[in-house]
Amino acid sequence: MRSTTRLILMGTMVMAASIAAAAPPAIVTQGKGAAIACASCHGVDGAGNAQAGFPVLAQLPPAHFAKQIADFKAGTRVNPIMTPIAMAMSAEDIESSARHYAGQARPKAGAAPADPAVIARGKQLAINGAWDRDVPPCFKCHAVDGLGIEPAFPPIAGQHAAYTVSQLQAWKTGARTNDPQTLMKTVAEKLTDDEIHAVADYLATIGTPGEGK
Amino acid sequence: MNESLGYLLCGLALGAMVSGCDRPPPPATTEAAPAATAPVAVAPARFAPPAESDIPENEFGEAVLLGKNIFVNTQQYAKDFVGNGMNCANCHLDNGRKADSAPLWAAYVLYPAYRQKTGQIDTIQSRIQGCFLYSMNGKPPALDSKEMTALVTYHYWLAKGAPTGVKMTGQGYLKVAKPAQKPDVARGRAIYENNCAICHGANGEGIKARGGYAFPPLWGKDSFNWGAGMHRVDTAAGFIQANMPYGLGGTLSDQEAWDVALFMNSHERPQDPRFSGSVAQTRDQHHDENCLYGRTPEELAAALEKQAEAATAAEKIKPAAEQLEGISPAVSH
Repeated sequence: MRSTTRLILMGTMVMAASIAAAAPPAIVTQGKGAAIACASCHGVDGAGNAQAGFPVLAQLPPAHFAKQIADFKAGTRVNPIMTPIAMAMSAEDIESSARHYAGQARPKAGAAPADPAVIARGKQLAINGAWDRDVPPCFKCHAVDGLGIEPAFPPIAGQHAAYTVSQLQAWKTGARTNDPQTLMKTVAEKLTDDEIHAVADYLATIGTPGEGK
Repeated sequence: MNESLGYLLCGLALGAMVSGCDRPPPPATTEAAPAATAPVAVAPARFAPPAESDIPENEFGEAVLLGKNIFVNTQQYAKDFVGNGMNCANCHLDNGRKADSAPLWAAYVLYPAYRQKTGQIDTIQSRIQGCFLYSMNGKPPALDSKEMTALVTYHYWLAKGAPTGVKMTGQGYLKVAKPAQKPDVARGRAIYENNCAICHGANGEGIKARGGYAFPPLWGKDSFNWGAGMHRVDTAAGFIQANMPYGLGGTLSDQEAWDVALFMNSHERPQDPRFSGSVAQTRDQHHDENCLYGRTPEELAAALEKQAEAATAAEKIKPAAEQLEGISPAVSH
């Protein structure tokens, strides 16, 4: 009885939310010129794609989102797929897509494909870091739940492991350099490849509050 | 033309030397690498507190864990005793484990001790009460309270195997030499904007996420008060240089650390609980030339300069006068 009431309530809330939410902007669903639709890789809901390594965009702080597009445009962040798309995006496209994705619910936490010992190692790094090597915990800057701290620190909880690995490796090797104050480079270059995989696997297994861990 | 280029190069070289000198020495691994066999200079091993996974699963372990929780999330676990937005672990990084961040294992073994600040023998309990009164701008938990017992238990557990009465490497905060130039608020502001504002906000207000402070406020009503050790420019410079920004400890020069510490501590914060009704009287009674309580940055800079001159003069007369520094952990106020 109680669970039925809860289901009905939840259903009503979801319906109300989808009615209240504005239709996704055209840049997200249809794209524009050279800028293919954001949704074709990241989904309308911003869930990305685990296999392809397309990142989760849901709940990215708009300022962080806009900075990434600006950096792709300026060449301070480079990606063969995103660079031409960013070049074709207008200020309005950036603003509307940033707002759209900031408003999407973070996807449900993923399953843990990895060895529990690997997950445990990643969790340890995320929560406690390795201060003896001057590695601060991920959660110091990305919040205790990994859901980010606006405006500069994006959520990392629930991010696809392949994407987290690729970015940590890019900072480590110097292929990505658009982190403020070299904060990510500083961390990534002190992590071993195994640690990068462990922390990425752990982060992929945690999600938004209430979404089973 | 050639002359000005000469000056420029000279200036660059000097700049490089100065900033090189200001930094802590690099780990002694690369220099003149004598074949990997005989390590020439090995840094003394730092004390390692027990791993968190070693907290025993019994009544004692429960107290350790409660102490750790209070320490890390003081806002929640000791909220009745806190009057601002801070947590203990904001200034004692790595949950009180990190060297040069006033680690608990090094503090624990130095008490009881006489402290000028209180004019009495402080035990570790009364020392912790001081943290609540000043750094937490709150109401100290009673000596026999559940919170105090848990905090002391956490300290004790972290200090397992540490020698009693010995000032350990990494104790307290780094002592950063007085810089060449008078600390300057305007330079400090620029350093703040480039290094600190991303986490602590444009106005030192910290950043909240989902209810609590994710990054602590550095001044204003929710920060530490005018009686906390961190309001001292020298103490703050030491903390900042060793630990800030996260992962980038040791990258600010001595000058930059002092400048930004001065900038941070040139702002308003909650009143000193020892306030007597007169700012001047409270300043004269409890504050020295290392802080901006009741004085302008200009007045402080002048005081520092005067002190530096006096120190230079004293050094000329008697070179090694500073070697008598005791092991007292306590700064004067």
